Amino acid sequence: MIKRLTLILLLAGLGSIFASLTLNYVGDQDLNLTASYYAEHTAKDIGAANIVTAIIVTYRGLDTLGEVTVLFLTAAIVGLVLAQEKSTRELPQRKLPPAGELLITGTRLLLPLILLFGAYVFIHGHLTPGGGFQGGAIVASAILLLLLSHPLQRFSHGLIAVLESVSGVAFVVIGVLGILLAGGFLDNRILPIGTFGDLFSAGAIPIIYSLIGLKVGAEFSSMLVSLSETEEL
Amino acid sequence: MALIAMVTGFILILIGLWGALSNRNILRMIVAFAVADTGVNLVLVSIGYMHGRTAPILNEAVPAAQAASRIIDPVPQALVLTAIVIGVGVTALMLAYAYKLYQTKGSLDIAKHTELKW
Amino acid sequence: MTLTLIMAVLLGVAMVLLALMATRGKRSLGISILSAGLVSLLASVMYLLLAAPDVAMTEAAIGSGLTTFLFFFVLGRVRRGEHD
Repeated sequence: MIKRLTLILLLAGLGSIFASLTLNYVGDQDLNLTASYYAEHTAKDIGAANIVTAIIVTYRGLDTLGEVTVLFLTAAIVGLVLAQEKSTRELPQRKLPPAGELLITGTRLLLPLILLFGAYVFIHGHLTPGGGFQGGAIVASAILLLLLSHPLQRFSHGLIAVLESVSGVAFVVIGVLGILLAGGFLDNRILPIGTFGDLFSAGAIPIIYSLIGLKVGAEFSSMLVSLSETEEL
Repeated sequence: MALIAMVTGFILILIGLWGALSNRNILRMIVAFAVADTGVNLVLVSIGYMHGRTAPILNEAVPAAQAASRIIDPVPQALVLTAIVIGVGVTALMLAYAYKLYQTKGSLDIAKHTELKW
Repeated sequence: MTLTLIMAVLLGVAMVLLALMATRGKRSLGISILSAGLVSLLASVMYLLLAAPDVAMTEAAIGSGLTTFLFFFVLGRVRRGEHD
């Protein structure tokens, strides 16, 4: 009874705060100073057509470095918490039924298409909506399809770990190259800006976003593989 | 339009918090946290919306010269992109710990895990 | 009332009803997880109405797809332990 009353009081208090925020909300008429600076200077300085990509990769690149670090920590902790001892890591002895014919054939058809689509999304991140995080999630869902259709196969953590570490180190190296050769950390003017709207334009943004896409895809895959290896015999 | 999204987001936050505080199964608590996460992101994106303007991508429809008068605020979108990815990371961590708790005690009811109570 | 406003109101009402079903329904855990995934999917459509295509793509791929998969993995492990 006391618990329920406290809960209702808490929710009513929060609800009144939210209601007062909503009732006094007046939308803007023009862009504020930060947004108008980004809107006017992106095409000339950065050369990217997708302004959100330009903000994430170059203007506020340190936040992306922090996010990549948090994801790396998450994948490492999930692998650590769910680790099994070495003795239980052989192939299981009990008979699992193989996945159906439809799933196996569908996986064989769809897997290269999904990987190609994921690579397309993170390479074209500076021209169309998309980018590294979306492309990485699509690549991870391809790995998930592989996990679902071959439930008895053990995936090696080594390859995923090597891919993730190499992408992370390359991302930081490109950032430091930005300090040495151009304006600051993760500045994309170390490569020429090129014509607006081409694939090889906007300096180093395609390279940076591809590395982020590979790293995020490898991290999500490692989380899924850790969760699927908790099979009890 | 922005007002509808903001009200929906606030109601989702309240429902998620209520579910997280009044359920006894650990997995239901984590589902409620995921719903509250979606609500927070919805409120953040709805702040950047301006009436009559379009998405912040420059192409033939919105050339670079008119960008400052025809696009909406791009900064909340960049923040919410980061927030969604970190939200799924936190959910994965919560699920890993819930599985470990289940392995030690054999039940998902939070009233049975009383080691931290005095 | 234009079409987008009507769509936004319908989406909002559907999201609130699904969220209520996800957190406090007396149904099984699988239905709760699916309702939370559906809330994410409808939120992704609403992001498109709010002129944010990057956020819509991210929410659809990560919020609606991967989170539901993670939940069902753990649910499968827990259920298999209960029946043994």
